[in-house]
Amino acid sequence: MRYLPLTDADRGEMLNVIGAPSIDALFADVPDGLHLDGPIEGLPLHASEMAVERHMRALSKKNLAAADAAFFCGAGAYRHHVPATVDHLIQRGEFLTAYTPYQPEIAQGTLQMLFEFQSQVARLYGCAVANASMYDGSTACWEAVAMAGRVTKKKRVVLSGALHPHYAETVRTMAKFTEDEIAGALPSIQGAPDLEGLIARIDDATSCVVVQYPDILGRVFDMTPLAEAAHAKGALLIAVNTEPVALGAVKSPGEMGADIVVGEGQSLGVGLQFGGPYLGLFAVRDPKHVRQMPGRLCGETVDAEGKRGFVLTLSTREQHIRREKATSNICTNSGLCALAFTIHLTLLGEKGLRQLAAENHRLACLAADKLATVPGVTVLNDAFFNEFTVMLPADARQVVRTLAERKVLAGVSLGRLFPGVDALSNGLVVAVTETTSEEDIETLCSALKEVLA
Amino acid sequence: MNAPNKSGWRPALTLDRREGQTTATGNRALMLEEPLIFEIGTCETTGVDLPEATAGANRLGGMAREAEIGLPGLSEPETVRHYTRLSRQNYAIDLGLFPLGSCTMKHNPRLNEKVARMPGFADVHPLQPIDTVQGALGVINELASWLIRLTGMRGVAMTPKAGAHGELCGILCIRAALEAKGDAREVILVPESAHGTNPATAAFAGYRVEDIPATAEGRVDLAALKARLGPDVAGVMITNPNTCGLFERDLKEISDAVHAAGGYVYCDGANFNAIVGRVRPGDLGVDAMHINLHKTFSTPHGGGGPGSGPVVLSEALCPYGPLPFTELHADGTLTLVEEETGGERQPHAFGRLSAFHGQMGMFTRALAYILSHGADGLRQVSGDAVLNANYLLRSLEDVLDAPFGHSGPCMHEALFSDKGFAEGLTTLDLAKGMIDEGFHPMTMYFPLVVHGAMLVEPTETESKAGLDQLVLAMRSLAERARAGDESLKNAPIHAPRRRLDETLAARKPVLAWSEPQVPAGTPTLSEQGGS
Repeated sequence: MRYLPLTDADRGEMLNVIGAPSIDALFADVPDGLHLDGPIEGLPLHASEMAVERHMRALSKKNLAAADAAFFCGAGAYRHHVPATVDHLIQRGEFLTAYTPYQPEIAQGTLQMLFEFQSQVARLYGCAVANASMYDGSTACWEAVAMAGRVTKKKRVVLSGALHPHYAETVRTMAKFTEDEIAGALPSIQGAPDLEGLIARIDDATSCVVVQYPDILGRVFDMTPLAEAAHAKGALLIAVNTEPVALGAVKSPGEMGADIVVGEGQSLGVGLQFGGPYLGLFAVRDPKHVRQMPGRLCGETVDAEGKRGFVLTLSTREQHIRREKATSNICTNSGLCALAFTIHLTLLGEKGLRQLAAENHRLACLAADKLATVPGVTVLNDAFFNEFTVMLPADARQVVRTLAERKVLAGVSLGRLFPGVDALSNGLVVAVTETTSEEDIETLCSALKEVLA
Repeated sequence: MNAPNKSGWRPALTLDRREGQTTATGNRALMLEEPLIFEIGTCETTGVDLPEATAGANRLGGMAREAEIGLPGLSEPETVRHYTRLSRQNYAIDLGLFPLGSCTMKHNPRLNEKVARMPGFADVHPLQPIDTVQGALGVINELASWLIRLTGMRGVAMTPKAGAHGELCGILCIRAALEAKGDAREVILVPESAHGTNPATAAFAGYRVEDIPATAEGRVDLAALKARLGPDVAGVMITNPNTCGLFERDLKEISDAVHAAGGYVYCDGANFNAIVGRVRPGDLGVDAMHINLHKTFSTPHGGGGPGSGPVVLSEALCPYGPLPFTELHADGTLTLVEEETGGERQPHAFGRLSAFHGQMGMFTRALAYILSHGADGLRQVSGDAVLNANYLLRSLEDVLDAPFGHSGPCMHEALFSDKGFAEGLTTLDLAKGMIDEGFHPMTMYFPLVVHGAMLVEPTETESKAGLDQLVLAMRSLAERARAGDESLKNAPIHAPRRRLDETLAARKPVLAWSEPQVPAGTPTLSEQGGS
């Protein structure tokens, strides 16, 4: 077994030091009758590196990889080109195999990286402070809801219908146990979000309004009126962003008055990975809210010689110290994904992010125009970034399955996202990024024409 | 908010000479001082080739961003150098032993990394049609099957994203099961030796937390626990092997008593690597247990995560697991039970804990590791982990107090205390001394039941020669601490940084970079950051 360095001679010598006759004797505290005598029957024995690789490759090949298809899936997970430099650097053992930086003197690499990451995310979101990452966007979303409850001491949560339904479901799951009252809705199938309807649902008992930007249908809009309406009732505005690349093109939620901005950072550096691990982003606009924030924070300080250094700080909010008084359920963070994000964003820089965003938008506009020429297809929204919704003349789930057989992954059907809602079943959310070629767009349109004919 | 280097401003990279500083730059040969990206990058620099932004396409609904964001960019060579330099300031398992008790840090095989990057796993969208992701669902199903067999449980919820998230999942399953019976209970019992995450989790799930003391032997006080059971107790959260490094001999009896009182047993499975292949938690009466894939099955910790915390469930709790989950059909195809179908198949499912299907990238790594070891290798894993810990315990107990050294063999970790240190010297000083000796320190001041605790976990991937080096270092440090060697208080002296002022960081938090507000002149590096 190649991962175990002890030899049988070592084991014998060590047992002598311990004064035990065998390794089995070290498990003497396991009650009689419950010991397993040998390897569990029916499970395979150890395998060579080559054999494991072959097995895993066979499983891998049973999937249709995005690179082998004309690919248009988004709805909370986006396919972007990740520079080779990113994956190379995160595989350096000193990053990959390090522990949480609880011993700052020998963890300055991770800590400085986290400080830089926090600074980048805060700027991207238009906020004062960001944390050192959460599990993913959906759990960051519910942690934001929990935080709003702590800040406002109120329990009514107004969810926009155009919030990613998995995010809404995550919030609903947790609310069953925290006694928050959820006032949710379904998305309105129209070009622009129904902000007035949302504002009308804010009352004095409301702790927060949760709104996605761009939303699940790809719509972008001004959230300033929402922020004003929420603040007038003593509620916080939580903005959720699932596509950080969009923020290279559109105004940040912080600029528009959002109090807490959370999101999914997967787009930068992390890759699709069938849904995880991803990267939760979390920031607050007002520094006074920092002590109610969940998650880890890295802060600047000095060492005994006066040199600048970084440490994890304000940890008295965290569960390993406050036990039942902790402010969140978060124990770990997504350190390695945060590293990938920050390297990718450093490679891009302001100029690169804006160019990347512009290219995404250009191709998305092109795709929307081409799709609009397919008979029976209507493009729902005219304000969008790299994702928009089309209405088909048939059930979109079925159309998506049929197109997949031709190696066209056409997008995410609203029927998959909102099962059982008939009004949405013909909707298809189409995402376009810089990895989408103009040929891919042609392929999608012609395949769709044939399938719908 | 200030934008960095809008005008291409770059700070002078000269440092003033500080007391004791022997080079002009502050660098010491291969140990280099590295500025922040905000101090060396500019908003006009980019390390990627992208088409110039074209005018025309603008359907942003009037929301186009106008103001500068303030993101520094570096060229590709500068980026490689920046992060490579930063990496060299980290201790990591690839550099040496990481004897963190309760936080298993073992060798991370690179085969796992290679597998996770296969395009069929890494380049697959979570919402692709089910027919196109049969291999990905196959990984989930195969790993789930191993976890169920290794633990002797009935089912497993794969979606929790980390250990604490798994704890939450398990407690929510317990709560859902009790609520389905119309049996609202209010209290979760948590022994003193439990992980700090356990009471936080129970509180988050809406329960009141009550402590159960430990015995002088370092195990749960069975009599105290039994005396507290009653109709208000939803369950207990117990860690086995516990954080004193001991096997909870009475766990079966505890489980029987809790079940008889109508409650459920949650086991914190963070330490499962100590017993894998030796005893099944299901046989001990456990109802729910999370498994930290990054600990037991070697997925890399990455400086803080990601983790993954699948939760195995007993027959009683299986109907209450979260969505989504996979279902294997007779023809070998797999489907995903989610909102659309969950209503029929899983009427008691409590919903989603997060978007999508869990930490797929961790599943592939864990499965590759499990297949590499096989059933025989996993049994050797727990054997060697326990052998290594007991070897450390016996090799150090004459110089370090071992409070439970005679409570039976320790499991995968050995517990010591600072008893016998000279006045004024603490566990912290010994830990910082270990840094100078080239080791990451052990876990300090935990568990709380021991004064000045030092929890040392070698894991099964350390050689005897490596352990002997650790013993040499720890014996020397222990002797210095007993003799009152005050120089230990200055440790570390050889690390990239000396002891850092954590009080200052908390009192005046600087959590993001902003352009320094200093008048013209040459700022020192330490003054450039923050404030």
